[in-house]
Amino acid sequence: MKLFSTIKFRLGVDKAFFGIICFFSFLTMIPLFVILWELFRKGYKQINLNFFTEVAPTSMDAMLARMGHESIPGGILNGLTGSLLIVAVAILIAIPIGIMVGIYLADNQKSKFSGIIRYLTDLIQGTPSIVIGIIAYAWCVKPLHSYSAFAGSVALAIMMLPLVIRSTEETLKMLPGTLKESGLALGASYTSVVLQILLPSAFGGLFTGILLAISRIMGETAPLMLTALGASIVNWDIMKPTSSIPLLIWEFYNDPNLVDLIWSSSLLLLLIILTLNLTAKSIASRWKIH
Amino acid sequence: MENTLNNTSGKYLLELQDVCVSYAAGKNAVNKVSAGMESNTITAIMGPSGCGKSTLLRAINRMHELYPNIQTTGKILLKGEDVLKMNPMKVRRMAGMVFQQPNPFPTMSIYDNVIAGYKLNGIRLKRSEKDEIVETSLQNVGLWDEVKDTMTKKGSFLSGGQQQRLCIARALALKPELLLMDEPTSALDPISTNRIEELLLELKKQFTIVIVTHNMSQAARISDYSMFMYLGDLVEYDTTKQMFTKPKDKRTEDYLTGVFG
Repeated sequence: MKLFSTIKFRLGVDKAFFGIICFFSFLTMIPLFVILWELFRKGYKQINLNFFTEVAPTSMDAMLARMGHESIPGGILNGLTGSLLIVAVAILIAIPIGIMVGIYLADNQKSKFSGIIRYLTDLIQGTPSIVIGIIAYAWCVKPLHSYSAFAGSVALAIMMLPLVIRSTEETLKMLPGTLKESGLALGASYTSVVLQILLPSAFGGLFTGILLAISRIMGETAPLMLTALGASIVNWDIMKPTSSIPLLIWEFYNDPNLVDLIWSSSLLLLLIILTLNLTAKSIASRWKIH
Repeated sequence: MENTLNNTSGKYLLELQDVCVSYAAGKNAVNKVSAGMESNTITAIMGPSGCGKSTLLRAINRMHELYPNIQTTGKILLKGEDVLKMNPMKVRRMAGMVFQQPNPFPTMSIYDNVIAGYKLNGIRLKRSEKDEIVETSLQNVGLWDEVKDTMTKKGSFLSGGQQQRLCIARALALKPELLLMDEPTSALDPISTNRIEELLLELKKQFTIVIVTHNMSQAARISDYSMFMYLGDLVEYDTTKQMFTKPKDKRTEDYLTGVFG
């Protein structure tokens, strides 16, 4: 009889434990929905056509609108175009380098040099973004005597690199080894095997990695404060100071007249990042190696 | 081992002279193998797992160079030229290879797979030349009628046997002197295997084939000459008929009669 009750007790503990696991798993879902709901509730009114076609309002305009109980005029066009420009240039810098390093690591898995590179990329990934911002400031802003989108792109490219390198390496390692051998067995050079067989075969995986890296740097603020600085106009010149969505959010937050705009801007930024993530997920699930 | 097939120069398309391959210093996976293969013959390399048969085959088109610790010594003469001193890319164009697992390039169409050798080597061809090469190569492997209407589809949509024939066509498209096959049917079903064997007998008229197999009956069915390897040594090399009826070496006999294997 005693044995029976012990078993019952242990089954009870199991049930309770399983319940606790489920409860906390459920709990982790809540913050995202709370954030989305909060941003949507407070920000949706601000999102209209002007939000995408006009630059951020000046503090004075916003103040006058508030006094007249009208909605704040203007939008975040300068932030949108700035983010686009800075991220695009960062992609141009980071992706070729990242993919090439990834190829090296996948091909020389055991060499000492590869070990060092892997260790260093891990370190870059762990480096605080503000520190990377300072580095980009010293490398680009100081020598060129100007804050610029380019400097911001350099900072973001450094942040992207570890992600692109690792995803390239992991994807290439998943390809069957015979793919490379059969290319070389046709008399092809290493270069054409990599460019015409391995990279196209790995495309889905590479693309997923790149999208995740973009969504990772899209919301970076600190390194841009020291490099791109911000701008109140739409700027397409990579050598000039440029705004970005996260920089605008920071500016809005610091201005009592504009503070209401942080919700709509944050909502948009979050939606962009979520879209990138979901796209990456769906590509990753559809892509498979034959 | 002394044999009329060993070490007489001139008449062979492929000649191996004291070929040694080692994965680690001082230990040969292939030990001093000497043999000659005539044109338009099929030579089967047999032996139990780990005897060095694939290692020997891969030495011929210098696939070992992908792995820096593997050392190959001796002489491998292809049409009288030492393979080990040639440019590896040229060697591999002269000696096509078919692998155990069918491996068409997954991103390429059937058409592009066949022509891949030219594309990867940067050889530009006119559309009509390409069409001709693709058609002849696919006809050579008996795949033309099955795929001629689905040329733009990816090669990976084909069945295993069809994929392997596509891979053979891909190797044949470059018009190699020699076709090296590393257990090309071991991943296939009996019907596909049978088709490939028939195909090899047909291809023998145009090409010279060296095939690694651990299927003795396959060697007996299709090959003209057989090699039996054991622990890295070439134990016996003779006409297939001779080897299967009157093997000279006790080890060959034991292997063929199933004492070990």
